Amino acid sequence: MDIACNNIFCLYPNSMQFMLLFSRQGKLRLQKWYVPLSDKEKKKITRELVQTVLARKPKMCSFLEWRDLKVVYKRYASLYFCCAVEVQDNELITLEIIHRYVELLDKYFGSVCELDIIFNFEKAYFILDEFLLGGEAQETSKKNVLKAIEQADLLQEAIIFLDW
Amino acid sequence: MPAVSKGDGMRGLAVFISDIRNCKSKEAEIKRINKELANIRSKFKGDKLLFIFLLGHDIDFGHMEAVNLLSSNKYTEKQIGYLFISVLVNSNSELIRLINNAIKNDLSSRNPTFMCLALHCIANVGSREMAEAFASEIPRILVAGDTMDSVKQSAALCLLRLYKTSPDLVLMGEWTSRVVHLLNDQHMGVVTAAISLITCLSQKNPMSSRPCVFSLQIVSSASTDLQDYTYYFVPAPWLSCKLLRLLQCRLVECLETILNKAQEPPKSKKVQHSNAKNAILFEAISLIIHYDSEPNLLVRACNQLGQFLQHRETNLRYLALESMCTLASSEFSHEAVKTHIETVINALKTERDVSVRQRAADLLYAMCDRSNAKQIVAEMLSYLETADYSIREEMVLKVAILAEKYAVDYSWYVDTILNLIRIAGDYVSEEVWYRVIQIVINRDDVQGYAAKTVFEALQAPACHENMVKVGGYILGEFGNLIAGDPRSSPLVQFNLLHSKFHLCSVPTRALLLSAYIKFINLFPETKVTIQEVLRCDSQIRNSDVELQQRAVEYLKLSSIASTDVLATVLEEMPPFPERESSILAKLKKKKGPGAVSVTELDDSKREAGELNGGGERAAETASTPSPSADLLGIRSSAPMSAAPAAAGSLLVDVFSEVGPAAPAAAAAAVNNDVNPILLFLVTFKLALSLSRFVCKNNGVLFENQLLQIGIKSEYRQNLGRMYLFYGNKTSVQFASFSTTRLCSLTLCPQLNVQSKPVEPLVEGGAQIQQVLNIECLTDFSDAPLLNIKFRYGGALQNLTLKLPVTINKFFQPTEMASQDFFQRWKQLSQPQQEAQKIFKANHGMDTEVIKAKLLGLGSALLDNVDPNPENYVCAGVIQTKGQQVGCLLRLEPNAQAQMYRLTLRCSKESVSKRLCELLSEQF
Repeated sequence: MDIACNNIFCLYPNSMQFMLLFSRQGKLRLQKWYVPLSDKEKKKITRELVQTVLARKPKMCSFLEWRDLKVVYKRYASLYFCCAVEVQDNELITLEIIHRYVELLDKYFGSVCELDIIFNFEKAYFILDEFLLGGEAQETSKKNVLKAIEQADLLQEAIIFLDW
Repeated sequence: MPAVSKGDGMRGLAVFISDIRNCKSKEAEIKRINKELANIRSKFKGDKLLFIFLLGHDIDFGHMEAVNLLSSNKYTEKQIGYLFISVLVNSNSELIRLINNAIKNDLSSRNPTFMCLALHCIANVGSREMAEAFASEIPRILVAGDTMDSVKQSAALCLLRLYKTSPDLVLMGEWTSRVVHLLNDQHMGVVTAAISLITCLSQKNPMSSRPCVFSLQIVSSASTDLQDYTYYFVPAPWLSCKLLRLLQCRLVECLETILNKAQEPPKSKKVQHSNAKNAILFEAISLIIHYDSEPNLLVRACNQLGQFLQHRETNLRYLALESMCTLASSEFSHEAVKTHIETVINALKTERDVSVRQRAADLLYAMCDRSNAKQIVAEMLSYLETADYSIREEMVLKVAILAEKYAVDYSWYVDTILNLIRIAGDYVSEEVWYRVIQIVINRDDVQGYAAKTVFEALQAPACHENMVKVGGYILGEFGNLIAGDPRSSPLVQFNLLHSKFHLCSVPTRALLLSAYIKFINLFPETKVTIQEVLRCDSQIRNSDVELQQRAVEYLKLSSIASTDVLATVLEEMPPFPERESSILAKLKKKKGPGAVSVTELDDSKREAGELNGGGERAAETASTPSPSADLLGIRSSAPMSAAPAAAGSLLVDVFSEVGPAAPAAAAAAVNNDVNPILLFLVTFKLALSLSRFVCKNNGVLFENQLLQIGIKSEYRQNLGRMYLFYGNKTSVQFASFSTTRLCSLTLCPQLNVQSKPVEPLVEGGAQIQQVLNIECLTDFSDAPLLNIKFRYGGALQNLTLKLPVTINKFFQPTEMASQDFFQRWKQLSQPQQEAQKIFKANHGMDTEVIKAKLLGLGSALLDNVDPNPENYVCAGVIQTKGQQVGCLLRLEPNAQAQMYRLTLRCSKESVSKRLCELLSEQF
């Protein structure tokens, strides 16, 4: 039996392919891949996208068609947050995923700046993992995400304390 | 700032990071890194190694140490270990077994923090090995009653990731139905995570994940537990988007509410507020377009987008243009979209961002019809002069297609194409100029105009080579039509063409030589001049073989042939056979079959009669198989796990094989009393494979808990009649029952299917009948689709089935003796007339069953023909309206190897291929 899958939407709606954070100088600050790719491929994509996005002017729109994906990006101070989603996916909600992530970082670090992400890159990854998992929103409540991270931080100290 | 306490290790890392940042040059950085690497090698530091890797340097050691960190009892180390693994270890690493062990321990630790870490790691790596190890464990965690919410969230998405990588390893089971109940969870985060998983599962497994009953609370946003999920005054935008995407029912009230909300004054000036609100709005509009059945909503959506077209946010303008493109293809909103033409043209001219301009150009293409074609084509042409190089070729194709499709008078068409060549000659592909020639040749009312225009265009001092090609061809054919005017006398025409000759490439020169010999026929007075040209060394001794040969042959032909012979040989070209526009095919190829909008399909249907201006050319767009052929066919391509079972039970009672389909959606609806605010049934569109009905005409086509569809059909010559019996299996009435036949673009001119509408009401337990009359016009390979819609207890049911009409149904058996058979067999000896397939037997090789199937096929089974009595030989004629196709068949079973060899020879190549495909699935 065949299934007529004539859903015009893709099979995995709102599924993010990857997220990159890079600076205005083109330095990669965070990379998260939700699709299996080789290291070579990842480097190529990163190089290409960083170039494309940096070349765009401030007033241009935040979406661009790139290969067969849609890239949604936004600049916050010196950092570019850049996500790739499927063409059929919702661009605006992706843009707000970026914003929510920035809010999470901001709340955690207290007015986050690029240096926070450089020096505490592992925290940036942990926060992202609490918020998005496998390219899907896992927990969109700011309070809950931060609670989870703070609990982990406490645990960390507790055990360090025991070690003494 | 929360206390981010740093142990010694972390302080070391901070120092290292500072050092790296202070490095003035790449060399200094590499030096510092090498020093640190040496340091790490002696005393392993996962975090620093990770930082180095993230800088973009390759790390080929330390993996083992990282794995050891996983089982550390220090949380920091464990955490870094997991981060290391998920960022650095490729999915096929040999360490995966060790990693899996550590993960297993953490999963069974009952410590939610550890469990989440482990689940995050599985979701991040998502390899097949991990799926093998955990695909059965995670569903258990997900539905266990005592699992913490945060773990449930991670488990749901983790499972989704594994399902995406290795769907075969994630087995549906009892947990599947329990997952659905997560949607009723009090915790919005759990609902958000679960909905991603369920959406994916239900799209890929309609049969196994029961048609679920989903409750939706979008409108009841007053609920108090939404508080922390309210994002800039927007209640749970993420969840709302997910839910909207999941809905497969016509959700009119809900959509109206969202459209109304869009008109309300904003509650915040923040862009996040409007973005979140509009994200939902766009998702709603995309749903409205998807259903394409609510004119009111479609027009409202269009007006809403119209407002956005002039919004100061570039993002909104971009999205509005994009969404409107799909709206333009709906018959209900096409007119409404057209009212925005001026704004869109303005966007094409003034937008500063090329991606926005591209969207505007796409929209103009989509909204184009006969009424505005001239304006749109003119605007696109003028945009082309300054368009970005990256999009020029596509623009050229689009202009060419629009010009052809909506040409009322063909002089306009010719003007447009010549303009196109003038403005963007480099981007005019061969297909475009071939097409203009095809059309000019096929339409005698435009030939004189074309000759005149192309003659004028060639006057330009610099003209594109493509213009020379068109000019050469058209003047060579129709130059006589303008030769009366002394300004374009034969010799003037020739000199004009020849003045371009030396600047052109070899293929164009070859074309010009042919034009010259045509001139000799059209205008005897040019003979001497042209013969001189042909005779000169640069032609007759040209180093290019093609040019030399043409020059020699044309010279000889013009010298020895009599006027009559010349006139016959060089007669005007006959009209081209009508076929799909080569340009349309090219655009489709360029954008991929999926990317050609539905407009193309609809338009081609709508416009088929108008293309090239003649009703007699109705088949124009649709007759050749092309990449577009499966615009509809795509839908049926996804294979299902149940397929072998279904194909296996051929000739057996069909009632047994439609078994596990859709269980009682209705019963589920009644049982679900948890959230009765809004109940929706998600139905799935199904198409059963044709193969069960290739060799038989009657049976049950489809059955689920609600509906049974029986089928009875008979065929004579090229005509067929199919009786469909729709049985309501429930005790409740089906309302708004309707069926629609869908023929793909290719199939339309091949197969004519007529039917009367059915009764809109089917009472509980009742059966209604529908008769389809089928006429086979020419051979075909697609199957017509039947879309059935009805309301059951307020929920819309929608399914699409393939109708089992296959080419063999139009077989007439032909009896013949052995000698005749072999004689005919030999006559059909061209390689393309034969199709052969060697395949493994799928069923037992029982002689009687094979015979029954071959007889069911419709051809005559011939005894005593093949010298080997084990083999089967059949003969028959396929009757189509246009022609009769003789078909011979030979099936050679090999019982030892459990293989068959099937050979078909038919007088038409496509029939051999199709029959071979159909039959090879039967044995």
